Amino acid sequence: MGYRVKAEVMDAEAMDRALTRIAHEILEANKGAGTIGLVGIMTRGADMARRLAERIERIEGTPVPVGSLDISFYRDDVATHLSPEVHATDIPFDVESRAVVLTDDVLYTGRTIRAAMDAIMDYGRPSAIQLAVLVDRGHRELPIRADYVGKNVPTARTERVKVLLAEHDGKDGAVILEDDGKGE
Amino acid sequence: MLASRHIMTMDDVTAEEIVHILDTAESFAEVNQRRIKKLPTLRGRTIVNLFFEPSTRTRMSFEIASKRLSADGVNFTASSSATVKGETLLDTAKTLAAMSCDLVVVRHKYAGAPQMLAEVMDCSIVNGGDGVHQHPTQALLDLYTMRQSLGKLEGLRVGIVGDICHSRVAGSLVPALRKVGATPIIIGPPTLMPARPDVLGAEVAYDLDEVLPSLDVAYLLRVQFERAARMPFPSNREYASLYGMNAARLAKLPPHAVVMHPGPMNRGVEITADVADSARSVILDQVESGVAVRMAVMYLLLGGADSGAAA
Repeated sequence: MGYRVKAEVMDAEAMDRALTRIAHEILEANKGAGTIGLVGIMTRGADMARRLAERIERIEGTPVPVGSLDISFYRDDVATHLSPEVHATDIPFDVESRAVVLTDDVLYTGRTIRAAMDAIMDYGRPSAIQLAVLVDRGHRELPIRADYVGKNVPTARTERVKVLLAEHDGKDGAVILEDDGKGE
Repeated sequence: MLASRHIMTMDDVTAEEIVHILDTAESFAEVNQRRIKKLPTLRGRTIVNLFFEPSTRTRMSFEIASKRLSADGVNFTASSSATVKGETLLDTAKTLAAMSCDLVVVRHKYAGAPQMLAEVMDCSIVNGGDGVHQHPTQALLDLYTMRQSLGKLEGLRVGIVGDICHSRVAGSLVPALRKVGATPIIIGPPTLMPARPDVLGAEVAYDLDEVLPSLDVAYLLRVQFERAARMPFPSNREYASLYGMNAARLAKLPPHAVVMHPGPMNRGVEITADVADSARSVILDQVESGVAVRMAVMYLLLGGADSGAAA
């Protein structure tokens, strides 16, 4: 099945502003950067975590620890689906008694976040887990919500949302893709 | 996801799949460093360790790997089972199949036992060593250890020394090395070489001292006295002086080269204690890698089973 772009929901400037706002919101909610750690879900969430950390350091002047998390081994559909590629998980700080801010590009069913929370718990007991996403597209299948949202985008289940990041895709932005009706 | 449902010989995996298994094992190695060394990945799956031959590290390694993945592990030991009452391998297999398990790890003194099980059981089979034939997960963990210690596999020269003809480790390691572009060299006395050493596809040498300076890995095999029909050399001392790894021979290896052994060791025969315990020995790294590599094999064989059948 092929996909074509239905709409652009975020351009590079909008993403830049959203990330800056989220950085400020994280600092406001946690009263500074002293007790937080960012953990990005592979692969685009990890890039997002690094960008947020840069902004937080610019604003507060203190570095924030950043990690990346691969949730392949925690998925609830291992029996039917294997991640083609497993990335290394690297959390270079102690999550114990820290507020861990999980970051991911798109929030959809919530199953990825459920798996990520289980994974974080295996590293220790954080004082809190918060969630930051660039796009919330709805259709949750679990009682999960984001604390920091770049943009809420109403979508149909048949559509796909793709967040583009310069690190992977050459440019920043977010688009809704729909079936182009051409089949295979 | 692997193309084959089983890992019975090195023929069941391609060169790309070997690299995929080793990469996946690296992620599991990270888990093994954590304080909580457990993943929910294979929750509810049943893995049976069917061991008809004695084993310490292989059985424990598979058992720990299945526990770390939250699978339910069941251990079968021939000496405390219906085998002593005369039950055949096939009947044991059918009995197990009736209890619907997902993966069976089998070790047996006869080559081909895993293939026999695969015919009557509807689950994945992993060969944990069959007679003098193959021991594929050992070869995979050896490749993993070589890649960790030397940074690459392609182009490595690996000297496999000693009891080649009784060695299922060599039986899997030689084809595994060839698949990933390394050069295996089998070295040993003619009495411990297979009847046709050339069919293995390795370079063949009889003088260890001549080969040592060109090796990246010196892989010592255990002399399997229990499999030999009669003493294959006049004395342990003579064997040690011609083919045993000792401090003098270690000095002839290039400075980057490492020493490996699949265990258990006959200290003083194929390897001296000072070499086995030296900084150049990665023997315990092999044991450590074993858990991560077996986790990767279980994960890749049992995960995605349904989509594999549909695709």
